Amino acid sequence: MNESISTQARAPESTATPLIEMRDVTKLYGQFRALDGVSLSVKTGQRMVVCGPSGSGKSTLIRCMNQLEQHDAGEIRIDGKALSRLSGSELRKVRAEVGMVFQQFNLFPHLTVLENLTLGPMRTRKLPEAAATELAKEYLERVHIPEQADKYPRQLSGGQQQRVAIARSLCMEPKILLFDEPTSALDPEMIVEVLDVMVELAETGMTMVVVTHEMGFANQVADTIVFMDGGKIIESNDPETFFSNPSSERGKLFLKKILRH
Amino acid sequence: MRLNSIIFWAVITLLFIAAALFIKSLNWDELAWYVVSPATQTGRTNLLFLLGGLEYTLKMSITAITISIILGLLIALPGLSPSPGVRALNRVYVELVRAVPILVLIFWVYYGLPILHDGININVFWAGVIALALSDSAFEAEIFRAGIQSIERGQIEAADSIGLGYFGRLRYVVLPQALRRILPPLGNQLVYMLKMSSLVSVIGMQELTRRANELVVSTYRPLEIYSVLVLEYLVLIFIVSMGVRWLERRLQSNEAA
Repeated sequence: MNESISTQARAPESTATPLIEMRDVTKLYGQFRALDGVSLSVKTGQRMVVCGPSGSGKSTLIRCMNQLEQHDAGEIRIDGKALSRLSGSELRKVRAEVGMVFQQFNLFPHLTVLENLTLGPMRTRKLPEAAATELAKEYLERVHIPEQADKYPRQLSGGQQQRVAIARSLCMEPKILLFDEPTSALDPEMIVEVLDVMVELAETGMTMVVVTHEMGFANQVADTIVFMDGGKIIESNDPETFFSNPSSERGKLFLKKILRH
Repeated sequence: MRLNSIIFWAVITLLFIAAALFIKSLNWDELAWYVVSPATQTGRTNLLFLLGGLEYTLKMSITAITISIILGLLIALPGLSPSPGVRALNRVYVELVRAVPILVLIFWVYYGLPILHDGININVFWAGVIALALSDSAFEAEIFRAGIQSIERGQIEAADSIGLGYFGRLRYVVLPQALRRILPPLGNQLVYMLKMSSLVSVIGMQELTRRANELVVSTYRPLEIYSVLVLEYLVLIFIVSMGVRWLERRLQSNEAA
């Protein structure tokens, strides 16, 4: 693939350790096993789509990756660092390198688009304001809404808000970008504009883990599809295999339901 | 329908007559507005004396409010901790301080505290400020806690995901949003506090109420002088209310709802 040109910059360090490594990760909500012994690894430049029926643990999986949820057992390593052993400030550093895009966008409503974008770079990465602003404008350009910089989130459409949220994550210049059902809260006509931005992002070589029901996107962009059910990874395959000939019964059933319409 | 309207107008007329008779029965000739009239020399002197209390009322209230807001926030924070032990600190403070009447607190601070230690020599002003600030901080702690708790979980997660720590999150994400929501109850508390400052008159603070009391003792004209006092508080609190409203509007238009 010709994307490899842009990934090359990060390639040397990546070959040794995977960016994300999960081993036997378990997450409990009371008696309920949201994650039940999950192991996976994500390499630099990899684009993983996580799918599965609702309640299968896919959101919990990526929320554990930046510790919005703390796992109860097993080990998660980001860039070689075991998350459960990190102090508060070390965890913050890791989080700054793992971007997250939420289903509900979660933009800061009291800040303008530009301020939403510069907050992280200025407060976490300690960039001076001018540099942060320049960075923000650059990424607004990347998500195709440079003209909205001075508006407040409420003045934007859902699709625009989600693109701002993506730009906000990008401004932290993360090593990995996590997407938690990024298009599920959007009106149908706005899904495409968000997916387009995500496809472009994938083409730059960004490492991505995406929880989504958008199978077209998965087919186009992913190099790995992880199918989950009941807190377990049922199968992990390349898209061609997964869509044409899933190796699990539950995977077949899921695809049948989701691709029917 | 007809009967209804006849009864309605009959009642209104009766009320009118009753009010007129009541007003006529008042001792109008007993009134002596000259004691507070700007047209007479005595009136002017008295008015200036009364208005002079404004300086102390304002100084004391503003100092107490500033301290109580900071204190209230500091006390609200442990109340939001996931640890029950830390939360207990907040509960104990709030329940304890909230239960003490402000007047009792004023007495306790002014007359009680200096006995505790020879080094403590508290003047009237600071006794008033401490009592008001303490009492108010418990209420403000509750207002802050409620405001901060009302911020959606997603906001906190978004702040976490861009690597903000506890204080960064509080300073840039949570508090600015919470402040907008708590402005109405906070304004309420401000007005309440301003009124409660009148209680400090009992230990001799030369604020509005104390001065009115002193003037009443020397002129024997309570009705006229307390009426002026009522007016003073009315105007003061009206201005504060307008200020809070203005602030609310400003913050809201900022967010461009």
